[in-house]
Amino acid sequence: MFKIVKREEMSDGTVVLNDIDAPMIARKAKPGQFVILKANETGERIPLTMAATDSEKGTITVIYQVVGKSTALFKTLQVGDGYQDVIGPLGKATHIEKVGNVVCVGGGTGIAVLHPITRALKEIGNHVTCIIGARTKDLLILEDRMKAASNELRVCTDDGSYGHHGFVTDVLKEILEKEKIQLAVAIGPVPMMKFVSLMTKEYNVPTLVSLNPIMVDGTGMCGGCRVTVGGQTKFACVDGPEFDGHQVDYDELTLRLQAYCENEKQCYEEFCIMDS
Amino acid sequence: MAEKATKKEKREKIPRQPMPEQKPKVRAKNFDEVPFGYSQEAAIKEAQRCLQCKKPGCVAGCPVEIDIPGFIQLIKEEKFTESIRHIWQRNSLPAVCGRVCPQEIQCEGLCIVGKKGEPVAIGNLERFAADWERVNGTGALPPKADPTGKKVAVVGSGPAGLTVAGDLIAKGHAVTVFEAFHKPGGVLIYGIPEFRLPKEIVAQEVNFLERLGVTVECNQVVGRTITIDELFEEGYEAVFIGVGAGLPVLLDVPGKNLIGIYSANEYLTRSNLMKAYLFPEYDTPIIQGKNVVTLGAGNVAMDSARTALRLGAENSRIVYRRSRAEVPARTAEVHHAEEEGVEFFFLAAPTKFIGDDKGRVIGMECLKMELGEPDASGRRRPVPIEGSEFELECDLVIVAVGTGANPILTQSTDGLTLNKWGYIQVDEKTAKTTKKGVWAGGDIVTGSATVILAMGAGRIAANSMHDYLNLGW
Ligand SMILES: Cc1cc2nc3c(=O)[nH]c(=O)nc-3n(C[C@H](O)[C@H](O)[C@H](O)COP(=O)(O)OP(=O)(O)OC[C@H]3O[C@@H](n4cnc5c(N)ncnc54)[C@H](O)[C@@H]3O)c2cc1C
Ligand SMILES: Cc1cc2nc3c(=O)[nH]c(=O)nc-3n(C[C@H](O)[C@H](O)[C@H](O)COP(=O)(O)OP(=O)(O)OC[C@H]3O[C@@H](n4cnc5c(N)ncnc54)[C@H](O)[C@@H]3O)c2cc1C
Ligand code: SF4
Ligand code: FES
Repeated sequence: MFKIVKREEMSDGTVVLNDIDAPMIARKAKPGQFVILKANETGERIPLTMAATDSEKGTITVIYQVVGKSTALFKTLQVGDGYQDVIGPLGKATHIEKVGNVVCVGGGTGIAVLHPITRALKEIGNHVTCIIGARTKDLLILEDRMKAASNELRVCTDDGSYGHHGFVTDVLKEILEKEKIQLAVAIGPVPMMKFVSLMTKEYNVPTLVSLNPIMVDGTGMCGGCRVTVGGQTKFACVDGPEFDGHQVDYDELTLRLQAYCENEKQCYEEFCIMDS
Repeated sequence: MAEKATKKEKREKIPRQPMPEQKPKVRAKNFDEVPFGYSQEAAIKEAQRCLQCKKPGCVAGCPVEIDIPGFIQLIKEEKFTESIRHIWQRNSLPAVCGRVCPQEIQCEGLCIVGKKGEPVAIGNLERFAADWERVNGTGALPPKADPTGKKVAVVGSGPAGLTVAGDLIAKGHAVTVFEAFHKPGGVLIYGIPEFRLPKEIVAQEVNFLERLGVTVECNQVVGRTITIDELFEEGYEAVFIGVGAGLPVLLDVPGKNLIGIYSANEYLTRSNLMKAYLFPEYDTPIIQGKNVVTLGAGNVAMDSARTALRLGAENSRIVYRRSRAEVPARTAEVHHAEEEGVEFFFLAAPTKFIGDDKGRVIGMECLKMELGEPDASGRRRPVPIEGSEFELECDLVIVAVGTGANPILTQSTDGLTLNKWGYIQVDEKTAKTTKKGVWAGGDIVTGSATVILAMGAGRIAANSMHDYLNLGW
């Protein structure tokens, strides 16, 4: 069992942070990599990016949004409980390089995924501007940590309850107009990554996105996670999860993410009834 | 003399004992094992059919040279414990092999009785002996050599890895198996369905090794969680790589990424390893097609098409680009599939998949084929017939046209030589790779083959590893 040693709820309890005791993985993990977790015998294998690791304590941090049965089940796990299986580190690490001016754009739990990448990009000497967004103020996560990890932080909310009133792309456009940017990193909901990529393409700014297709094994064995990038089929779990944002077929990804929506709804509703 | 003749006559009159099994209509709706196994009486009767040949064809046909007449004789004498012990000398997974080996092209294919009539049912007898031991045996462990103090790592827990683990633990070495999945067994767990190989049996085989002292570490993706070089740093002196051929081959035709097009690996992993057939009791979902098409005609394709029936398909069809004569699956599987209602479309191949506005597959377009000149594999090459397009309605497609070498381990390990397809090159006599202290065997060397060949390779490697631990590289 992989024990939970710390647990926090954020964003009105819709997002949960776990520090998990997994020394083998903590020793190896690099920014951008993910793990697969399975809560119990009957559980599903769920991929989550490592938002942080501590090789000395031997822990990894995951931050997940509760969206369905499996993440709701994860939410019931308390400190001292654990996951039956944690597998990793999986996927390619982010290529961290000094390029100059970098903009990191994060939405929803994508912010958690973005955090270690932002920090590493800054540590290597880039000037990093971060733009993070949420639907409303209460749903915003990791503001303080993102502030510390970047040189400049801009916050947006869809409803204007905090920071800029509007989408992250508004602020991004402002920055792209003003400064020469060498690299953009966008991690969040698929539409957000799609629109950021469309915009940065206009300005010719290379853009990395992190894709979250449905996975099973996470080791290149099933092909369930396949995405089309530059017209070619790639397996996100081994060739990614990061790809050139200008080349990704977002529409295909959006459809493929819906593959099990009927089953998931059934599963989640039954779980919510049992849990309440 | 006269007595001998009547004995022979009597023996020849015994027909091959049929395997009792679930009725096709019933079993096509459940995941329980199809054959029930021989009763004691049937096994003894079947054993009486064996001629006890001086030069047995069967043994020559067995990749691990089990003393087949020997164990059959012991069944005939009702010495079942002795019989299974006899098999164990050569084959450590008889309950598995009795169920999944392609006997018709191995032992039974060369059985002398089979020259005139039906061959002795060697597979069924092997299964009987193993099952008898599982139910009635004492569970006593075989003897083990004194500890040598040497540590060995086995990467991958398929039949190749399990064989190496079993052989080396018996020789007194400390063995740890590293498995990427959360359950050990390789294809036996994630690929071959419950109705053909109950997972309970695989679990028991692994448990047997654990009782012998083998440590099994799951959730260890070697190359990611730990590398081969790090295993040496941790004090392992010899490493066996048996990671299988787990890379799915997908078809490169338009529409290949529509929802409802699975690799057989994904379909079977969801169903078997993740137990999606028990959804929602288990959390992993699986698409349950009404009109299912499986592409390919190997064991993997039969397993997929039959799983689809059990998951509620009204039509389960196999589309294969060659003809019936080239079907590579075990005869028994093809026969079972047809009995259960799987339809076969020979000499046809898809040219495109058709989807709806939600990105879900609703049909496929195929071309008819004819057989041309023999290709590299010696089989006649299928050639498309121009203008022969036809459409098949389908809401689920399972692509079972082969697998390749997964590079996750080989790319992260220096010093291994790979062939042009990415499989590991080894010395045939020893299973040694080009990296010192590292052996490899099974599907990662040969490409996808069979359980027994993987076990045979494991046996060769284990012997060589033992020599190395005693004598050096
Ligand atoms: C590489 C990677 C990294 C990820 N990192 C994070 C993270 O750090 N934080 C976070 O909150 N989420 C992350 N996700 C998404 C997370 O895995 C899904 O939200 C989760 O699987 C949903 O499961 P569920 O049962 O709770 O919801 P469900 O009801 O099953 O599904 C809700 C939605 O999640 C998606 N989904 C379902 N099953 C899977 C699956 N097995 N794999 C991937 N997506 C699935 C589907 O699009 C579905 O519509 C990541 C996904 C990937 C592939
Ligand atoms: C659906 C199906 C049906 C089949 N039916 C038959 C049949 O009826 N008869 C027959 O004889 N053969 C059959 N086969 C073929 C047979 O199962 C294989 O040839 C055999 O299992 C190969 O054994 P192996 O030990 O080489 O590899 P595998 O059984 O593939 O096991 C390899 C193991 O290594 C693990 N692994 C992979 N990478 C890593 C890594 N980096 N780190 C740690 N672990 C790793 C995998 O998770 C897996 O558990 C079938 C195959 C399939 C897929
Ligand atoms: S070849 Fe057939 S008859 Fe002869 S020993 Fe083998 S099983 Fe018996
Ligand atoms: S998750 Fe199976 S290949 Fe990527």
